[in-house]
Amino acid sequence: MSSAFVMTDLPDLFLRFLALSLLSIGGGMSTAPEMHRYLVSERGWLQDAEFTTAIALAQAAPGPNILFVPVLGYQVAGLAGACATFIGILLPSTLLSLAVSRWGNRRRDTPGVRAFITGLAPLTIGLLFSAGWVLALPFIREPDHRLGGLGLIALTVAVMLKTRLGPIWLILMGGVIGALGWV
Amino acid sequence: MRTPTDATPIATPPDTVAPRSLSDLFLTFTILALQGFGGVLAVAQRELVDRRNWLTREQFVEAYSLAQLLPGPNVVNLSLMLGDKFFGWRGAIAALAGMLLAPLLIVLSLAASYNQLAEYPAVAGALRGMGAVAAGLMVAMACKLVMTLRTNPMGPLLCALIGGLSLVLVAVLRLPLHWVIPAVGVAGWCLARLCIARAERAE
Repeated sequence: MSSAFVMTDLPDLFLRFLALSLLSIGGGMSTAPEMHRYLVSERGWLQDAEFTTAIALAQAAPGPNILFVPVLGYQVAGLAGACATFIGILLPSTLLSLAVSRWGNRRRDTPGVRAFITGLAPLTIGLLFSAGWVLALPFIREPDHRLGGLGLIALTVAVMLKTRLGPIWLILMGGVIGALGWV
Repeated sequence: MRTPTDATPIATPPDTVAPRSLSDLFLTFTILALQGFGGVLAVAQRELVDRRNWLTREQFVEAYSLAQLLPGPNVVNLSLMLGDKFFGWRGAIAALAGMLLAPLLIVLSLAASYNQLAEYPAVAGALRGMGAVAAGLMVAMACKLVMTLRTNPMGPLLCALIGGLSLVLVAVLRLPLHWVIPAVGVAGWCLARLCIARAERAE
């Protein structure tokens, strides 16, 4: 565990996630690379594996995947950290979404709004690929887990693209394969 | 302004019904969130559209398109918008709380017990396996969404350029998002306006 964190860092943690909120276009996961940069590379509060664990826990548990954010906060600073990161990541985007959906419902067909939809789509998708890359990093970096990890990633992609199987089954399968020590 | 106290402030097509109350809204979102392992969207569609008839499929697609564009988690934005549509801001809060509260308690108890459980190599291994699957799910989702760019008015080449550029800037060069999104976003918006204008002149 890394614990260079002290409670006086809490406002900084909160403000960083508050600022990230408005950048989380395409879902909270698109800001995962930035959270990784801040928590792991810049501050050293978490390690690569802890970061990926938070995301895996949120994926394994029911509910929106954004719940990896309070888990990251929890890993850094316990319940206070969970509150700081979760309220931070949700508050601005929530208020903005409410305001924009009320406003946008009235002027949906204007050129500006249509250009926003068109122009941001490829950016969003590029960010989702980046998030996949960051999640795969622990497997790419550690030779012990490289073969099994990348194999499981490739299998998951193939099953998701070729079948209609629910993701819960893949997550369970990943858990079993991992528990057997194959990853 | 709509009044937050009325049950059906917005014109509802005859084949849909509104949630009965704020607690109905809260409970419905709690139930659908608790079923959403590895993604809530598909469950939300089935519960809200197919089973409860709160919206038509078309309304669902429309709400989700907007939710996707705005910052914030898509399904969270979706729950806000639907709650707001039925009961104003109080509905937005009820739907949001339903979507997040129970799953938050579950995931935090998992995280809390993980520190003790992690001593067992099988648990650490299971989490590592689930981590690999999580990476795969993300990549697969991105691959699927690439298909939606086919109908993008900017054309495949420009889309690949913008998407590839953001991938390189974020994943390879590790530049902070608060530089990448405004820079690439504004460029994308300008290009899109040009392309849409040109397509309309050609018609």
